Amino acid sequence: MTHAGPDSVSTVVDETTKTFDVVVVGAGPAGSAAALEVARAGYSVALVERGPFPGAKNVYGGVVYGRILDELVPRWWERMPVQRWVTRRATMVMTPTQALTLDFRTQDWGKPPYNGATAHRADLDSWLAELAVEAGAVLVPSTVVTGLLRDHAGAVVGVRTDRPDGDLTAGVVIACDGVNSFLAKEAGMYRTGHEAEHLTLGVKQTLALPREAIEERFAVSGRDGVDIEMLGCTRGIPGGGFLYTNLDSVSIGVVLGLTGVSKAKTRPEELIAELKRHPAIAPLIKGGEQIEYSAHLIPEGGYRAMPELIGDGMLVAGDAAAMCLAAGIWLEGVNFALGAGMYAGRAAAAALKAGDVSGQGLAGYRTMLERSFVLADHRKLRDLPGLVLSDRMQQNYPGMVCDLVQGLFQVDNPLPKPGLRTLLRRSAKDNGVRWRDLVRDGWTGMRGLR
Amino acid sequence: MTDRRYQEAAFEDVMSTVEFRVSPRPHITVDTDVCRSCTTKACVHACPADLFVPTSEGGILFNYEQCFECGTCYQVCDGEGAISWSYPDGGAGVVFKRG
Ligand SMILES: Cc1cc2nc3c(=O)[nH]c(=O)nc-3n(C[C@H](O)[C@H](O)[C@H](O)COP(=O)(O)OP(=O)(O)OC[C@H]3O[C@@H](n4cnc5c(N)ncnc54)[C@H](O)[C@@H]3O)c2cc1C
Ligand code: SF4
Ligand code: SF4
Repeated sequence: MTHAGPDSVSTVVDETTKTFDVVVVGAGPAGSAAALEVARAGYSVALVERGPFPGAKNVYGGVVYGRILDELVPRWWERMPVQRWVTRRATMVMTPTQALTLDFRTQDWGKPPYNGATAHRADLDSWLAELAVEAGAVLVPSTVVTGLLRDHAGAVVGVRTDRPDGDLTAGVVIACDGVNSFLAKEAGMYRTGHEAEHLTLGVKQTLALPREAIEERFAVSGRDGVDIEMLGCTRGIPGGGFLYTNLDSVSIGVVLGLTGVSKAKTRPEELIAELKRHPAIAPLIKGGEQIEYSAHLIPEGGYRAMPELIGDGMLVAGDAAAMCLAAGIWLEGVNFALGAGMYAGRAAAAALKAGDVSGQGLAGYRTMLERSFVLADHRKLRDLPGLVLSDRMQQNYPGMVCDLVQGLFQVDNPLPKPGLRTLLRRSAKDNGVRWRDLVRDGWTGMRGLR
Repeated sequence: MTDRRYQEAAFEDVMSTVEFRVSPRPHITVDTDVCRSCTTKACVHACPADLFVPTSEGGILFNYEQCFECGTCYQVCDGEGAISWSYPDGGAGVVFKRG
C-alpha cells in the first residue's frame, strides 16, 4: 500500500465505468466551491477529505474577504459562521523598540454586504462543505487520496484512496489538495518543483481572552473586529506577523520564509514569544491563555511560481496551484481558492456537457480565471512577493521608517528641528539603505499597485 | 522587548493544547544514519512542532506523534533519503479546531 506524499505514483487502469462525474480532492475552500458548482450543474461529485471533518487539517491567519462569496452564496453573511466583522485594518512597521501603525477603520465594513470576517477554519470549511453537500455532493471524510488513476494514454481518470477498494473513477479530477499538492506534482504540472524558496511557514497561537477585554483593548464593540499585519518582527527572517481578533480569543503568529527559518538558528515559537513581548503588542494580549498552537505552509511565489492548471481529465485550484496572494504582509488565499474552485467546477461541468474532458475541453477554466481577479490580480502583483520578502524590506526599511518618524515626532529643542531631507538621509544611512535601492523598490511597489 | 512579566508557557504545555489522533503507522520516518553527515540540521530549527531532536552522536531522534503534517521538514531537508514523508491515514493525525 502506498501513502500520499512526495513519492506518490499513478496507477494505470483499463477502461472503467465512472463512479462519479467529478472527484474533488480536498475539502478546503477551493474543493468545496468546486464541488458546489459541479453539483449545482447537475453532475455527480465526490468531495474527498483526509481530515475527520473539513477544516481539521487547515490553518490560516484568520480573515476571509467575502466579495467572491456574493457569487457563490447569496446573502452569505446571514449564514457564515463568523467570529467578528473586520472594521479596523492596521499595518504595523516595527523594530524591537519602535512601532509605526497605519490604522484604518470604517463602519461601512460592519454592515451588509461586509468586507472581511474572522472565522476558524474548522467552522468555515465545514460550512462550505455543507453547502456542497446540500447541493448534492457526496462528502467522503477521513479518506486520503494516495495517487491518480490514468488510462493507457496518460489521461487522468480517477483517484486511488486509502480505503479498501477505494478507487474512485471520474470524468474529471479537480485537485484542491492544498500547498503540498502531491497530485499536481504527480501529474507533472510543477515543472520546476514547488521549491522551498517559494514557501513560507505560518505559525499561529490562539489565545483565549474575555470578550470585554478584546472590545476594550482593540476599541471595538459588538461583532466588530480588527486585523493587524506586521513587518519587521521576524529578526530579519523574510516574513511578517499578524494579530486577528475572534469573538473571545485572538490569533497571533508569524509567517517565515522557509529557507530563512532553516538557516537562522531561531525557532518559530521563539519569534512568536518575542512578538508577544513587544511593547506595542503585549498590552493587547496580556493574560491571554493559549488554547491552540498550529502551523501550515503557504505558497507565496505568486504568478511566477504557478504550475500548469489544466491536464487531460484534471484541473488544479487554490493553494495546490500556488494561488495564494501574498502581496507582502497582506495574505489572501481563501478568496482566491473559492474563486478558482468555483471556476474549476464550472469548467468541469461544461466539459462533461460537451463530452470532452481533455485538456482542450477543459480550457475554459483558464479563460475564466484570466477574466477574473484570480489571475488578473496575480499577474498585476507578480513582483510584490519578492519585494516584500527581500532583505531590504525585512532588515532595513522597518528601522528606517521608524527612525524617520521618530525624528519627525521627537522634540529636541533647544536644538533646531532637522528638515525632512536631513531626517530621511540620516535614517536611511543609519539603517544601511541606499538611495538607488529605495528608488527602485519604491518603483516596483508603485507599479505593482498601479 | 524584555518585558517578561507574562511568562511563556512551556512548549510541552503549548503542544498539549492540540488534539492528535495518533495512528499506529508512523507517517514520517527519519534515517538517523543520513542525518549524521548533515551539516545544516535545518529540520531542528524549522519544524514548528519541534519534533527533531539532535543526539550527542550527531544523529536525530524523531517521533511522529505530534506532527502538524505541514511538510516543512521534507522541504528544508537536503539529506538524500533522510526523511520518508507521507500523510497519516484518513482521519488520523492532527485535528485543529481553531486553525
Ligand atoms: C498562517 C497562514 C495565514 C494565512 N492567512 C490567511 C488569511 O488571513 N486570509 C486568507 O484568505 N488566507 C490566508 N492564508 C492562506 C489560506 O489559508 C489558503 O490560501 C487557503 O486555505 C487555500 O485553500 P485551498 O482550498 O486551496 O487549500 P487548503 O485550505 O489547504 O485545503 C486543502 C485540503 O485538502 C486536503 N487534502 C490534502 N491532501 C489530500 C489528500 N491527498 N487526500 C485528501 N485530502 C487531502 C486537506 O486536508 C485540506 O482540507 C493563510 C495561510 C496560512 C498558512
Ligand atoms: S532530517 Fe534532514 S535536515 Fe534534519 S538532520 Fe537529517 S538530513 Fe539534516
Ligand atoms: S511535517 Fe511539519 S510538524 Fe511534522 S515533522 Fe515535519 S516539520 Fe514537523
